Amino acid sequence: MKCDIVLAGVGGQGILSIATVIGLAAVNNNLYIKQAETHGMSQRGGAVQSYLRLSDKPIFSDLIPSGEAQLILSVEPMEALRYLNYLSKDGYVVTNITPFVNIPDYPETDELLTRIDNLPRVVAINAENIAKNAGNVKSSNMVMLGAASPFIDLPLQGLEQAIRDIFARKGDEIVAVNLSAFRTGRAFTEQKLNS
Amino acid sequence: MHKKLLLGVEAIGQGAIDGGISGVYAYPGTPSTEITEYIQESETAIKRNLHRQWSANEKTAMEAALGMSYAGKRTLVCMKHVGLNVAADVFMNIAITGVNGGMVVAVADDPSMHSSQNEQDSRYYGKFAMVPVLEPTDQQEAYDMTIAGLEFSEKAGVPVMIRITTRLAHSRSGVKTIPTARLENPISLPSDPMQFVLLPANARKRYNSLLAQQPNFLKYSEESSWNRFEDGPDRSVGIVCCGIAFNYFRENYPGTSPYPYVKISQYPLPEKLLKQLDAQVDEILVLEEGYPLVEEQLKGFFGRGKRVSGRLDGTLPRAGELNPDLVASALKIEKLVAQPLPELLVNRPPALCKGCGHHDTYRALNEVMKEYGKGKVFSDIGCYTLGALPPYNSIYSCVDMGASVTMAKGAADAGLFPSIAVIGDSTFTHSGITGLLDAVNEKSNMVLIIGDNESISMTGGQDSSALGRIEAICKGVGVDPDHIQVLESLPKNHELLVEILRKEINYNGVSVIIPRRECIQKLARRKRN
Repeated sequence: MKCDIVLAGVGGQGILSIATVIGLAAVNNNLYIKQAETHGMSQRGGAVQSYLRLSDKPIFSDLIPSGEAQLILSVEPMEALRYLNYLSKDGYVVTNITPFVNIPDYPETDELLTRIDNLPRVVAINAENIAKNAGNVKSSNMVMLGAASPFIDLPLQGLEQAIRDIFARKGDEIVAVNLSAFRTGRAFTEQKLNS
Repeated sequence: MHKKLLLGVEAIGQGAIDGGISGVYAYPGTPSTEITEYIQESETAIKRNLHRQWSANEKTAMEAALGMSYAGKRTLVCMKHVGLNVAADVFMNIAITGVNGGMVVAVADDPSMHSSQNEQDSRYYGKFAMVPVLEPTDQQEAYDMTIAGLEFSEKAGVPVMIRITTRLAHSRSGVKTIPTARLENPISLPSDPMQFVLLPANARKRYNSLLAQQPNFLKYSEESSWNRFEDGPDRSVGIVCCGIAFNYFRENYPGTSPYPYVKISQYPLPEKLLKQLDAQVDEILVLEEGYPLVEEQLKGFFGRGKRVSGRLDGTLPRAGELNPDLVASALKIEKLVAQPLPELLVNRPPALCKGCGHHDTYRALNEVMKEYGKGKVFSDIGCYTLGALPPYNSIYSCVDMGASVTMAKGAADAGLFPSIAVIGDSTFTHSGITGLLDAVNEKSNMVLIIGDNESISMTGGQDSSALGRIEAICKGVGVDPDHIQVLESLPKNHELLVEILRKEINYNGVSVIIPRRECIQKLARRKRN
């Protein structure tokens, strides 16, 4: 088993919370893991990414070779496109569709979303809306993880347990909100795949 | 064995704790910051009350670490690559004094300059100082090497450098750790009371003893389990892979390598292993993260004899970090062409945070400087360096820590008017104070703006070393108190700041203006916790 994932977003959007959940679930499943993060200047509103590699065999490179990622999981639509060179031929893009506009030359939203819809294998999701309905707009990253979870080779229970473990110190209510966000995100993708 | 999920830098921190240090000394700098932060939060470190406060700069950090080592205790000092320039004076000399308690110097290089002003390769400093250098391939080695480095340092009486680069520094993986940390050393003075006295006559002796140690360092390197030769059936080329370049090599041959290779994670270069490789292959390919240090040594000046390829002959790019694709191409491995990136994609550079006080400073500065024209504001290293980019385009220099103050002074000496420096509170205390003293001594006609956000913000909000004492320092250095102006950097104070700037520009002498407001990120973190 080998699963390479590019996590993408803008500095400050908290993509590392997603990486932490996947990482913990992978470790609990006795998988090897390497997870390269972006620290430093880019965290001030710049483009940030995390290369997450899971395998049942030792992993060498901390970076994913181009064309080998099974999944691009992006919490921002334009950032989803920045790493397409890493995506494998049959890889999926799972992206939030709410633009984070902090630059003057951000592309037209309609054009951007059309470009995303035209990707061969894509799940585009309004994570903020779903998170709001699930109880807390701050849980949008767990909506995204849920939506991407059908493409991550980890048992569903493992991911849910990792969410419980990671949010445990913030109390039962926060755990419940994040689990609900995760499940709603997953249901969205399952419905899309079945339709 | 416990297994922890650690960043490469955190593995160094854990290794230092488990290797029995009594203290870490550092100034924050990407990608090295989290070594110290990890130790600051470690239960063992807190229980043992290991020294773990930030130092004013890398030089003071390394000197304090040397003092701890002098007292017989083990210590770790960490910095980013350019931080070693600041500490270079003490670093070069402690190779000669040697150490008493074990001392590891952990330096994190930033090839591709993700968060730096250059991509210098610290292995050159290790070679320059003639001390052993360890270059981990993965997080486990980073951990193991820190423990072994402390051990060897203490035994051989020499500082040991650990050099990592951004990718390993900020990548997480499982690390097996020992269950309990080694006990700290008791206090014990150096056996030779003259060891640390580098008066010329004594320095010559010490230098000779460093030279005499070189064969031991070579032996240590040749016998190291981190350096090894592996055979392969295809002798057309032999591969030399250093540090994390080894990972990119093996990524392309996850099973066994068709080529013989030498993995290098410890310097000086293991001669025996390299000669073994050389004897078997037609040519040599060097894969190394950073400058072509090994390639240059293997190639020889005239390039006669066996072909050695790498970064110097264009087989790999001369600049920037390596990755699996670049190494695949150097190995002539055909790869599918990755899909192109859409044209509508635009760059998203970092920017000042919404609500940051530096916005207010640059808005006012730009308004005043409209009257004087471009090119008269020097700046420095920190979040406020982003003022060089749109929408502000306010500043015209960012060179090294503290250089804004002294460049503004030099430009004022040259007759530039006005001559203005913009620096942050922490960069000022790191390396700006002595420059200000120069300016005061000569009554240079300049304005120094110290944007005080009460934090070292770019690296994650560490405590600034002169919190609440910036004015006192300026007064102490000799700035006329009438020309030290403090105000809160808020949009409502725009007119006030504009007025102060105009007034101080027209004062013939050194003025200091301190717009102050807590870093917005630090404030948010404080409110969350």
